[in-house]
Amino acid sequence: MAYVPLADQDDAHALHDPHSFVTKYIWSQDHKVIAIQYGGTAIFVGLVALGLSILMRLQIGFPDTVSFIDPAFYYQAVTMHGMIMVIYLLTALFLGGFGNYLVPLMCGTRDMVFPFLNMLSFWFYLVSVIVLLSSFFVTGGPTGAGWTLYAPQSISQGTPGHEGGILLMLISLVIFIIAFTMGGLNYVTTILQARTRGMTLMRLPLSIWGILTATILGLFAFPALLVAAIMLGFDLVLGTSFFMPAMIHLGEQGSHEGGSPILFQHLFWFFGHPEVYIVALPAFGLVSDVISTHARKNIFGYRMMVWAIIAIGGLSFMVWAHHMYVSGMNPYFGFFFATTTLVIAVPTALKVYNWVLTLWQGNLRLNTPMLFAIGFIFTFVHGGLTGLFLGNVIVDVPLSDTYFVVAHFHMVMGVSPVLVLFAALYHWYPKVTGRMFNETLGKVHFWCTFLGTYAIYLPMHYLGFLGMPRRYFEMGATDFLPASAQALNANITLAAIFVAIAQILFFVNIFWSLRHGEKADGNPWGATTLEWQTPDTPPKHGNWGPELPTVYRWAYDYSVPGHKQDFIPQNEPGEEYEKLHHGKR
Amino acid sequence: MSLFNDVTNKPWNHVGLPDGIEPKPVFSSSDASIALTIFLIIVSVIFSLFLVAYFIRMELGDWVPLALPGQLWLNTAALLGSSVFMQLAVLRNYRQTNTDFSSGAGLMFFIGGVLAIAFIAGQYLVWDSLVAAGQGVRSNPANAFFFLLTAVHAVHLLGGLWVWSRALFRIANNIASPAIQQSMKLCAVYWHFLLLIWVGLFVLLSYT
Repeated sequence: MAYVPLADQDDAHALHDPHSFVTKYIWSQDHKVIAIQYGGTAIFVGLVALGLSILMRLQIGFPDTVSFIDPAFYYQAVTMHGMIMVIYLLTALFLGGFGNYLVPLMCGTRDMVFPFLNMLSFWFYLVSVIVLLSSFFVTGGPTGAGWTLYAPQSISQGTPGHEGGILLMLISLVIFIIAFTMGGLNYVTTILQARTRGMTLMRLPLSIWGILTATILGLFAFPALLVAAIMLGFDLVLGTSFFMPAMIHLGEQGSHEGGSPILFQHLFWFFGHPEVYIVALPAFGLVSDVISTHARKNIFGYRMMVWAIIAIGGLSFMVWAHHMYVSGMNPYFGFFFATTTLVIAVPTALKVYNWVLTLWQGNLRLNTPMLFAIGFIFTFVHGGLTGLFLGNVIVDVPLSDTYFVVAHFHMVMGVSPVLVLFAALYHWYPKVTGRMFNETLGKVHFWCTFLGTYAIYLPMHYLGFLGMPRRYFEMGATDFLPASAQALNANITLAAIFVAIAQILFFVNIFWSLRHGEKADGNPWGATTLEWQTPDTPPKHGNWGPELPTVYRWAYDYSVPGHKQDFIPQNEPGEEYEKLHHGKR
Repeated sequence: MSLFNDVTNKPWNHVGLPDGIEPKPVFSSSDASIALTIFLIIVSVIFSLFLVAYFIRMELGDWVPLALPGQLWLNTAALLGSSVFMQLAVLRNYRQTNTDFSSGAGLMFFIGGVLAIAFIAGQYLVWDSLVAAGQGVRSNPANAFFFLLTAVHAVHLLGGLWVWSRALFRIANNIASPAIQQSMKLCAVYWHFLLLIWVGLFVLLSYT
C-alpha cells in the first residue's frame, strides 16, 4: 500500500468525525477535546495536592492546632502531595494537556496520527487518578512512604498505608505509565512524520521541541519506574526479596532476606531525575514562545535553544545518583555525578541567557502571560543556583535533609513550571475558548502568586541553613533552632494559605471569561505560529477547514524590518516569495 | 532536504518551500511501524533494566541457581514455531490479493497465534510444576527473577495476542483492508522480537 502521510490527506473530514454528544465530548478522539479532558483532570487532582500541602503547612506552622493531622496523616499528605504534583499534575498537564492541544495545531495536522490510542491514553490516565485517589478510602489510607517510595520502609509495617495504600499507588503508577506510553508514541510519531508541507524540523516552534524531547525522555525513563514498581509489588504481594533486606519486627525475624534497598533507589532515580526534565523541557519550550511573542522579537539563538533542549535531555540520564549522595557511594561515583550535574547547568544557563537576550530591547508587552513568563525566569534562576550548591557532594551532605532542599526543588521544579503553566494557560486561553480573559484579574493573580511563592520559599533556605530537618512532623525542643525559626515557619504557612487562596482569582477569571469575556479574534497576540492561523477560533474538528496550511518560514518572524505588521505568520508566503514564484511562471 | 541539512540550516534565512510542495516525514516507513519500532525500543529498555537488577541482585550472596524444567525447551519450540508461521503468513500475503483463511496467509497467521497461546499455556505449566516442587517465587531470588521475567515476557506476548485477535476478527469477517496486511507484518516483527527476548532470557536463566 502506498504510504500517505496524514498531513497529505487533504479531505475536509478526518477519519473519525464525531456524530453525537458522547463521541464529541466524552469518548472523543479529537486531540483538542482530549487535551481539555487531560487538563481538567490534572488541574482537579492538582487542587487536591494543593489542599494537602496547606494541611501540612498548618501542622508545621501551627503545631497541633488541627486535631485530625496526626503523624500518619502528615506523612500521607506529604507523599500524595509530592506524587500528585510531579506526575499526575505537571507531567499530565504539560504533555497530556499542552502536548495534545499544541502538537497537531503547531505542526499543521488535523489530529494525532493514532487518535484512538490518544483517547485510550486519557482514559487510562483517568483510571490511574481514580485508583490513586481511592487509596484515601481504603483501610490504613494512602501510603505515607514519601513520594520516593523507598524500600524497605514503603512496604514495612509502621509506615502509613502499608496495608493497601502502597499497592494502590504502585498499580496507579503502572496504569499511568501505560497511559503515558500511548500518548507519547502519538506525540513522537505525529511530530516526526505528520508535519504539514514546508514545516521542516528547524521551523518547529520551541514548544514542539520541548514536548518532543520530554516525551522521548519519558518513554525511556518511565520504564525504570515501571520496573521498580513491579519488583516492589512482587516484594509486597508475593513476598520476594528484590529490595527487602532481612528485618526484625517486634523481636521477630521477618520473611524477607538479602534484598538491596539501594537497587530500588537507583531504579527510582534513573526515572526520577529525567522526570525533572520531562516537566522542565515542555516548560522551557512553552515559555520561549510566550516570551518571543510578547517581546515582539525573534527568540534569541533559536538553534542553540534546540540543541540545548536536546543536550539537557541527553545529560539528564547521567546525573541520577546526585539524589543519593547521602545513601553512600564510592567517592569516584560521587565525583562523576557531581561533574555531570554541573555540566548540565551549561545548556540550562544558555537557555536562561537567551530568554533574557530575547527580552533585551524587545517591544515588551507586559500582559498577564508575559508577567508569568518573566516571573518564571526569576524563580528558575533562583532554583537553579541552589541546584549548583546541592550538586556538590560536600555541600549536599549537610544540607540534604534540611529545608534547603525543600526550598530548592520547589523553586526549580514546583513554582517555575507552575508559573509557565499559568503563562501558557493565559496565553492560549483565547484560542482554546474563543474569549479573552480579564487582564486586571490576571495581573493581580500573577503578583499574588509570584510574591507569595517568594514569601514561602525564600525563608525556607534560611531554615535549611539553620539545620531545620525536612520530613519532620514536629520539631520539638532543639538546641540548634532558635525560637524565631518557629515564627518564620508560621509566616511561611500564612504565605502558603495566601497563595492558595489567590488561585481562586485564576478560576474565577477563566470561568467568568468563558461566558462574559470579550470575544477573541483568531490571533489576538499577533503570533506567528500555526495554531493562531486556524480558520475558526476555537478550532473546529479537523482544525484547518478544507485545506491544510503551507509553511513558508520559521516560527519567529517578529518585527521584520520593512514589513507592514510586526509579525509574519508561518503560513504567509510574503512579498519576496510571491515575486519569485510569479517570476518563475 | 535531507535530515542533516534540515537540522543544521539557519531557518531564519530561508523563506519558501524547501524542495517543493511535499510534506517531509523524517522516516519513509508507515506511522504504525515507526510507533512499533519506538515501542520495541521501550520494551528493550524495560528488559535491560530488569537485567541490570538481575545482575546486581545476583551478587548479594544468597543466590541459588534454579534448575530449569525441561519443558521450557518445548515452550521455546512453540514460540519459535509461532514466529515462523507469522513470517510465513507475511510472505504468503505478498503473493495473494485477498487475505482469508482459505487463501493460506490467514490460516498461517491463525496457527502462529495459537502456537503463541500454547507457549503461554506451557509457561503456566512450568510455573505450576515449580510451585508444586517447592520452588515457588519466594524460595530464592533466582526463582523470584525466573517468575518475574517470564511473567513480564508473557504479558508482552498477551498484548501482541490482543492485536492478533483484532486482525483475526477482521480476516474472519472478510473485511478486506490493506490494514490487515500491515497488522500481519507488524505482528510478525513483534513476534520475532519477543522470540529474541525469550531466547536471551532462556540462555541467561539457564547459565546463572
